[in-house]
Amino acid sequence: MNYLIGLLAIVFFFLAVSVIAKSVKLNNKLSGTEDDDSTVDNFNNANGIGMLIFWLLFVILGSWSFLNARPDFLPIAASEHGVKTDNMFWSSMAVVTFAFFISNTLLFYFAYKYRFNKNRKATFYPVNHKLELIWTVIPAIVMAVLVFTGWRTWRDITSQAPSNAAVIELTGHQFGWYVRYAGVDDGQLGNVNYKLIDETNSLGIDFTDKSSFDDFTATELHLPKGQPVLLKIRAQDVLHSVYLPFHRVKMDAVPGMPTKFWFIPTISTDEMRAKLGKPDFNFKVNCTEVCGRGHFGMSITVFVDEPEDYKKWVAEQKPFLATNPAYLDKVPTNLKSKASKYIPTEPIATDSTEAVSVN
Amino acid sequence: MSTAISSAEEVHTHDHDHDHEHEHHELGFIRTYIFSEDHKTIAKQYLISGILWAFLGGSLSILFRLQLGFPGMSMEWLRPLLGGWIDESGKLDKEFYLAMVTMHGTIMVFFVLTAGLSGTFSNFLIPLQVGARDMASGFINMLSYWFFFLSSVIMFSSLFIETGPASGGWVIYPPLSALPQAMPGSGLGMTLWLTSMTFFIVSSLMGGINYICTIINLRTRGMTFTRMPLTIWSFFFTAVLGLLSFPVLLSAALLLIFDRSFGTSFYLSEIYIQGQALPNVGGSAILYQHLFWFLGHPEVYIVLLPALGMTSEIIATNSRKPIFGYRAMIGSMMGITALAFIVWAHHMFVTGMNPFLGSVFMFLTLIIAVPSAVKAFNYITTLWKGNLVFTPAMLFSIGLVSLFISGGVTGIILGNSALDINLHDTYFVVAHFHLVMGAASFFGLMAGVYHWFPKMFGRMMNKSLGYIHFWFTFVGVYMVFFPMHYIGIAGFPRRYYTFTALGNDSMAAFTDMNMFISIAAIITFSAQAIFAWNFFYSIFKGKIAPANPWNSNTLEWTTPINPEHGNWPGEIPAVYRWPYDYSKPGAPEDFIPQNVPHSATLESNLPEENAEIAREKDIEGLLGAQNESYTH
Repeated sequence: MNYLIGLLAIVFFFLAVSVIAKSVKLNNKLSGTEDDDSTVDNFNNANGIGMLIFWLLFVILGSWSFLNARPDFLPIAASEHGVKTDNMFWSSMAVVTFAFFISNTLLFYFAYKYRFNKNRKATFYPVNHKLELIWTVIPAIVMAVLVFTGWRTWRDITSQAPSNAAVIELTGHQFGWYVRYAGVDDGQLGNVNYKLIDETNSLGIDFTDKSSFDDFTATELHLPKGQPVLLKIRAQDVLHSVYLPFHRVKMDAVPGMPTKFWFIPTISTDEMRAKLGKPDFNFKVNCTEVCGRGHFGMSITVFVDEPEDYKKWVAEQKPFLATNPAYLDKVPTNLKSKASKYIPTEPIATDSTEAVSVN
Repeated sequence: MSTAISSAEEVHTHDHDHDHEHEHHELGFIRTYIFSEDHKTIAKQYLISGILWAFLGGSLSILFRLQLGFPGMSMEWLRPLLGGWIDESGKLDKEFYLAMVTMHGTIMVFFVLTAGLSGTFSNFLIPLQVGARDMASGFINMLSYWFFFLSSVIMFSSLFIETGPASGGWVIYPPLSALPQAMPGSGLGMTLWLTSMTFFIVSSLMGGINYICTIINLRTRGMTFTRMPLTIWSFFFTAVLGLLSFPVLLSAALLLIFDRSFGTSFYLSEIYIQGQALPNVGGSAILYQHLFWFLGHPEVYIVLLPALGMTSEIIATNSRKPIFGYRAMIGSMMGITALAFIVWAHHMFVTGMNPFLGSVFMFLTLIIAVPSAVKAFNYITTLWKGNLVFTPAMLFSIGLVSLFISGGVTGIILGNSALDINLHDTYFVVAHFHLVMGAASFFGLMAGVYHWFPKMFGRMMNKSLGYIHFWFTFVGVYMVFFPMHYIGIAGFPRRYYTFTALGNDSMAAFTDMNMFISIAAIITFSAQAIFAWNFFYSIFKGKIAPANPWNSNTLEWTTPINPEHGNWPGEIPAVYRWPYDYSKPGAPEDFIPQNVPHSATLESNLPEENAEIAREKDIEGLLGAQNESYTH
């Protein structure tokens, strides 16, 4: 369908061009001479009328293409703040589209209406303070309203995360995302140090910090539906940017400067699949800050689970220390006893439950 | 008194003859056409360089549009040109894709729309429209061009090195741009980019200082600030913007050079890359972004203001009507200039910058919409009840106003930090800035070329080709950038080689539209060949231009058709009125040039203007002083 519109537009385009080209030739023949020395030539009317025709076609094709593309826009936001920003987006869009239509219509209509006529003289109309005051004040008021509503929403979105938020760390690297959960016991992420990164401990988890003992890593992002989630965002090498399109979440990942973003997912993966009628639909994390060759492919899958499923999934995950007991050596002696409770007594049992995800 | 004037005249004529002889004896081909100090020649040098750059920058965009529009397409046929940048499977190399995106941005923003636009028309029009024999310093002006040329050569050469040109986006955010191991383009290519930009900044500063000095010091007698054409006002504000913001980019680039080559940590901290933990700690990648956008945002206005200024002039002339709200136009440009310095962080809402700062910058950003709206309304009102002559320049100017509105309104969306969260770095942004700053400024450039071509080369460009060029470009630009908003609303990120990783078949939904955009881009780009032909052909074979082809009021049209070095063979004309006396009631002609005294137009003077007649003597009295300033 889009293709059809495309073709149609191109056809229109060529039509317009050929008409102009023909009229150029015709006019040249009719007038006998090339352009005369006066500034106004035979195409003045054509150009003026062309302005109006352009705008009419623009309105028709523009509206049509909008309606046509609309089903492919991002569907309703899957997060609480996202619904708010979506509403604000469309209401702001309405305001600016109105301004866009009014001013462009006037522009092209005046171009058409006041095209040169040798019997008419332009009106000497250099200034009108009242008029200028009006169109300074009106945009200013509209802007003030938009700023105010925008500022309130922004303030809410960037406010402190609630204390019950699930803390999840996303770390960008060339080219992928590491996911780390705060664990079930203390709900706090342990420290990391980029100098501790090695083949296995790709995050550089610092095991001198006792909060890190129960932390577990994952290859996908699981989020509880209806509960606040605090993403702690980091990068290891260059800038990346966490982008969850359906949750209207975006925040840069900066090496050496942790960032954060909290939100409440409101639609589970299953609900979204049902809503869209796409059984294989999945939320994604993408990267939106150019980071090199693999930038465009840097994505992982996001599962938004019902709270009880989420709890179950979290309970099934084994702390990093449990799957990699060798790192017990890095734990200072005074904390060893605390850490060793995460070390499985029977390694065989660990292996059998090591499957990363339920999905 | 009168004897004083006449003796001054004599002295001057004598001096001038002397100069004249001097030139003829000493200026060979090289000093006339290559290392010229004549502002008109320098302007043409800038223009032709800018046009060449524009074709290069445009063709890069066509290459990556091919990739985006036809993702499966075999690019084998480009191998003779691109060699190793086409990979074994016949696809465009992924790093080269980023390199093209980067170079397209760099070339268009700096080399075409800064040097090619401001460099050309500030140089050309400032002395001619304020009534000066040349720039304040012809030598520095010449240096300015040749630094730009050096910068161009370096940037151009970076396209041919094995590791490829800079590839981290035109904003070259570190650490990506600081670490050669992060991508090949951050090696030698980035070094060349930084070197080139350093010379570019030097060039731009020399130009800017000259523009400001010339406008302040070398205005002809009677050319008060409130009689300056809006073009000159816009060049003035542009130069001020550049003078204050380019040095900040230089410092950003210098710190980046230190980080890259001398082991400092201005922007680098806690980095683990390619299996190695770097020693750098304590730097801030955000610092670079602040420094960059402190130039980067004013740069938008550096690019746009000259286009708006020239458009004001062209629209007034061809509407045969004074520009509506002359003082409001100056005021809004002044407002834009001031605000341009304090909105930069709206590019950084989601970089992890303190959210409170985000609120402040959102507020400041949305204020800038007000002066912009005033300008748009004033243009529209200027058309109202005019008598519009659609020269190609006028068509491009009206196109500019439309693009400025269409691209500008989405700025209100993006300037809202809450809405920017989802739209940041998507195609919505790409659509926005290409319309409002890319296409609008390009239209300003084209309008300027069509309008002042007769003064530049003494010949006319073919109008019919101009009309065809306009309609292709205007329709084409909208076909390319309007649908991009949709792709942005659908959440497609920019600088993506392909959109497969978005998953959920979202790529398929816009396959056709991406194809459509690419085709439209190819058509629009090809249509520029019409312009190129018209331009180069008319330089040599165009119809000889009349002295004042558009019946315009400004001073450049009082010079001979082919002005020599010094611009006016005799005295520089005095200025008695503002430049917008078009269709004045009572006047026999529909225009009264700026050098016509009010005493000669008693029939059309407004009541307050009769008082000006008394001051004409004072203006004439300044002749001696003015001539003095040229005898060093």
